[in-house]
Amino acid sequence: MMLSIKKVPTLVSNHQKEEGEESRLNGGGCGRNCLNKCCIQGANLPLYTFNRMNKKVQEKGLVDDEKEPPVAFLESLILGEWEDRMQKGLFRYDVTACETKVIPGKYGFIAQLNEGRHLKKRPTEFRVDKVLQPFDGNKFNFTKVGQEEVLFQFGASEDDETNFFPFAPIDVDDSPSVVAINVSPIEYGHVLLIPRILDCLPQRIDRESFLLALHMAAEAGNPYFRLGYNSLGAFATINHLHFQAYFLAVPFPIEKAPTRRITTTDGGVKISELSNYPVRGLVFEGGNTLIDLSNAVSESCICLQDNNIPYNALISDYGKRIFLLPQCYAEKQALGEVNPELLDTQVNPAVWEISGHMVLKRKHDYEEATEENAWRLLAEVSLSEGRFQEVMAMIFEAIACNVDANESIALSIGEKAADGNQETNATMIPGKQECLVQY
Amino acid sequence: MESHLGLIDQSFDARYSSWAREALDELPDSFTVTDPCISGHPIVFASRGFLKMSGYSKDEVIGKNGRMFQGPATNRRSVMEIREAIREERTIQISLLNYRKDGTPFWMLFHMSPVFSKDDGRVVHFVAVRLPISRRPRGFGRNCNNLGEDGSRILEIVFGSCRREVCTDSVAEMGRCRTLDSFVDSDNRGLEAEELCEASDLEKRKAATAINNILSVLTHYSELTGRLVSGKRCNSSGMVPLSSSLNISLGRIKQSFVLTNPHLPDMPIVYASDAFLNLTGYARHEVLGQNCRFLSGPDTDPKTICQIKKAIQSEQACSVRILNYRKDRSSFWNLLHISPVRNATGKIAFYVGVQIEEGGKNEGGKGLSPEMRQLGAVGAVKVAVRSLWMGAGTSKT
Repeated sequence: MMLSIKKVPTLVSNHQKEEGEESRLNGGGCGRNCLNKCCIQGANLPLYTFNRMNKKVQEKGLVDDEKEPPVAFLESLILGEWEDRMQKGLFRYDVTACETKVIPGKYGFIAQLNEGRHLKKRPTEFRVDKVLQPFDGNKFNFTKVGQEEVLFQFGASEDDETNFFPFAPIDVDDSPSVVAINVSPIEYGHVLLIPRILDCLPQRIDRESFLLALHMAAEAGNPYFRLGYNSLGAFATINHLHFQAYFLAVPFPIEKAPTRRITTTDGGVKISELSNYPVRGLVFEGGNTLIDLSNAVSESCICLQDNNIPYNALISDYGKRIFLLPQCYAEKQALGEVNPELLDTQVNPAVWEISGHMVLKRKHDYEEATEENAWRLLAEVSLSEGRFQEVMAMIFEAIACNVDANESIALSIGEKAADGNQETNATMIPGKQECLVQY
Repeated sequence: MESHLGLIDQSFDARYSSWAREALDELPDSFTVTDPCISGHPIVFASRGFLKMSGYSKDEVIGKNGRMFQGPATNRRSVMEIREAIREERTIQISLLNYRKDGTPFWMLFHMSPVFSKDDGRVVHFVAVRLPISRRPRGFGRNCNNLGEDGSRILEIVFGSCRREVCTDSVAEMGRCRTLDSFVDSDNRGLEAEELCEASDLEKRKAATAINNILSVLTHYSELTGRLVSGKRCNSSGMVPLSSSLNISLGRIKQSFVLTNPHLPDMPIVYASDAFLNLTGYARHEVLGQNCRFLSGPDTDPKTICQIKKAIQSEQACSVRILNYRKDRSSFWNLLHISPVRNATGKIAFYVGVQIEEGGKNEGGKGLSPEMRQLGAVGAVKVAVRSLWMGAGTSKT
């Protein structure tokens, strides 16, 4: 039995049409100035290349913590191009005219009233039981967006410098990665990072693409510029590899949640478990180099993908903290197991919602939004404790973390510490003295 | 960066007089004073005790910002909490790992308090005591975020420094402190065991006392200069100042721009960037509170001014080329871009005007066109203002 849900996909491009209409257009010369073979010859876009050697996580004083650094070049580029498209009328609405607030409470969930984001259209069916699905050229993908929606090309420099070229031809033989606008933005500066766009990769994380996303977070130099990823089955609606990003200058609830250290990998990546947060997840930080951090996360994602577990990932804090959240809401929805009250809000808990930023389309939901309802909704998204422990064990084994496989299964039997006595149930994980898990 | 350092010295001396430095140097404590109104939120004073402990010289620290003492093992969440306390202009007490000049890490209890101007209630400085604490071995008491079960006592201690200054608003202040306190779940044990180091009660009291002493000195000396400060916000003037959160965000933008407030009579300038002051030759106090018309002069085309007025009336963005005049009455062609800027309510809070001097030096930005940089400045302002008036625990305006 195939599990699916029906939803109206959010328009991310002005060229995104219903599938029916799509098939009426034929091959050559579509006249939309898109990125396909029909229009791409001779096209050029600004190109930003970063110095991949520069971003050692260890480097002290590289990024500003207590106070903001000056607006970085990349940040200026994203904002400037975005504002330019705003003024050209490419967005479906002015997101800054949408009311938003921090809900009073411990965590400060963020709610936005946005009636225009969701279309009143016929819902489409999305398969939610398969995290990995092959790319389908007939469906909407980002090669079909108009070039005016693409802001710039983004990639690593050949030399060890950061470079910017205002006009760079698009190399169709060595597909660039690009940054495009999301025409239904959640917040100011909402963009899509599309790795190797012309290669038409399906929505699945690999080492290289995750590293690219992490570099983008680091280059932007702004802790309020975050990147997010939704796997299929976790509310991605376009099966073409992409990350989302936007600016919002407040902390996200998930960033405030306490964490419990589990282990440190050989590459120096510290992995913790979120505690006291409605959705169970892992937090990755540190790492001897950016690549170490990136690989720890991407290998974990690959493990989840290979095991058909839908998940969301949030890159925050200049790319220094990454949250990985397996989820099961779509499956529950398809099986009819979700409380109708929650379904009515039509909030599909993707990465932003799980992180604590909720876009609500009904005024009533916005006015009545409380930390309790937000918590309740997100709690539905989370894997159960038992299932999460299993998934964690799977991940640790896959990333060949310095965790004994048997030990991690013992941990998963959910031993909780006796009150106040930290010594009794502590399990020593071989390798590093600080790799101490306390339950 | 002579003028930058000049600003730094002024930040301290103009408000407390240079005599205050001696008085502060008599305190044994380790602390820094920073100014959120100067771009980059730099350190304007570092105590003898702090310099000695960290191994840095005065010149290596003044003008830099506090991040320089952080390093790879510094807990990111703690850093975020400090950043948010600054944005929300409230007190925070938190353990943090810092690094000396020689690279060795040390734990300290970071206790930071805002210093408010008595006449307009804005934050003029942040004082941060950095009390070295000794690491507790694991299992010795609770290794949780130090605002755990001690929360209520921390509230008292934190208030201790505030209660001195006679002011209203203790309830609001309590509410703010409590968000931090109630946040910590007392069940959280084993939190990042090797990362958090709990300060002892004695150390916490020491830090609170130090803050009190420093605030006393600053208050006293501010009376001498007439530019009074207080450890509590008391807004007697009724004018709502720009929050330091906004100041800090706007301070990151290197372009020439101003923010004007359309809700105040004659739409005055409420913020002017350093680059704007450089471009026009005015000092900040000469432009704040003024309408932009002082930039126009005899040969400025009235039709252009009309165009601007119309755009503002219809709440639209516009780009014009207008002849403007500097303080010395020399003129320049200004490629001006004006845009409405909305806050979290969705309504227009300000207008931003970004200036490009035609024919001026178009360097920097490695090839971003001046127009793109101009729009980038607009975008950065929009992001900064967007989170204003979001509600719970965040600064208004």
